[in-house]
Amino acid sequence: MSQKVLDALAKKFGDAVERTETQHGDEVAWIKRDKLVEVATWLRNDPAMAFDQGMFVTAIDTLDLRRPDANGAIRVVDLEAAGATRFEVCYQLRSLRHRHRVRLKIRVTEADPRVPSMTGLWSSFIWQERETFDMYGIKFDGHPDLRRIYLYEEFVGYPLRKDYPKDKRQPLVRRSDLPSSES
Amino acid sequence: MGLELVTTQLEKAANWGRKFSLFSYPFVTACCGMEFMSVAAPKYDIARFGAEFPRFSPRQADLLMIVGTITEKQAPALKRVYDQMAEPKWVIAFGVCASTGGFYQNYHATPGADQIIPVDVYIPGCPPRPEQVLDALMLLMSRVQDARGHSQLRHKREKLVLEQQRAAGALEE
Repeated sequence: MSQKVLDALAKKFGDAVERTETQHGDEVAWIKRDKLVEVATWLRNDPAMAFDQGMFVTAIDTLDLRRPDANGAIRVVDLEAAGATRFEVCYQLRSLRHRHRVRLKIRVTEADPRVPSMTGLWSSFIWQERETFDMYGIKFDGHPDLRRIYLYEEFVGYPLRKDYPKDKRQPLVRRSDLPSSES
Repeated sequence: MGLELVTTQLEKAANWGRKFSLFSYPFVTACCGMEFMSVAAPKYDIARFGAEFPRFSPRQADLLMIVGTITEKQAPALKRVYDQMAEPKWVIAFGVCASTGGFYQNYHATPGADQIIPVDVYIPGCPPRPEQVLDALMLLMSRVQDARGHSQLRHKREKLVLEQQRAAGALEE
């Protein structure tokens, strides 16, 4: 549907676009991190692209990612062997004028989870990037107010990372007369 | 002996009055609130039990209804609301989330409101039917009459400890 967006991206920013693909009817472009703002600015300002709406931003933690191998058996993907990094940050953009959409994906490593902020281009990303920071600990460089949005300041860690224990709670208050709460 | 008889009968009378005039503070946080509205509305009509009047100030309420999931972030607010209520006070946990955390077993939900404050009656269900809520209310009313609510028992316990301390002090003197 939006294949022409991917083609235009690949033509204009040859080496900044790692690769492009289509997943379940959604067009995805993998962008190099340091070229992200440049690519996004063009996507917003070019009259043929005119992506005037930032829909969402989120991240994917691919730790222990399981996929079927050539024989159909479900196995954990070895990320280092595949040349991939742990986190993928997704930006979904949409053009209300041309009615097309595109998803930008950026790879970031666990050691350096930084992505340039897109809040200067689409202000709707201000809260969304805060949420992504809150849940995955992705740091958005240039964000005007990067702090937790859902969780409290006392919370340690990032709960939607796959290595966060799934039932680990960090209570703010507990009854003092309740022995079972001491855990 | 005569005075004791009068005070116990007086407490019974006071409890009779309390159980038919429960002023509720609805601490509504989630979808159970729709079912709470259904109980409060004329079809099921919680007013028949004298508990129809929601007071949106904890200082004027004596029944705290925890309707919905309590998150760890909300817990200090719930504790504060409970602490602000005047004694004697009662608490109903409305729905499985308020009772046990329900289907949440993760970083954000408390495993039951009773981790934060004492709860008198638990209502299971996701959400509970209005009949269950009325049943729980009647159960609570019987507890109020028998002076078996958490805050009533605490009051009794504290009085007992005080009396014991006084008696011990009198012996020492």
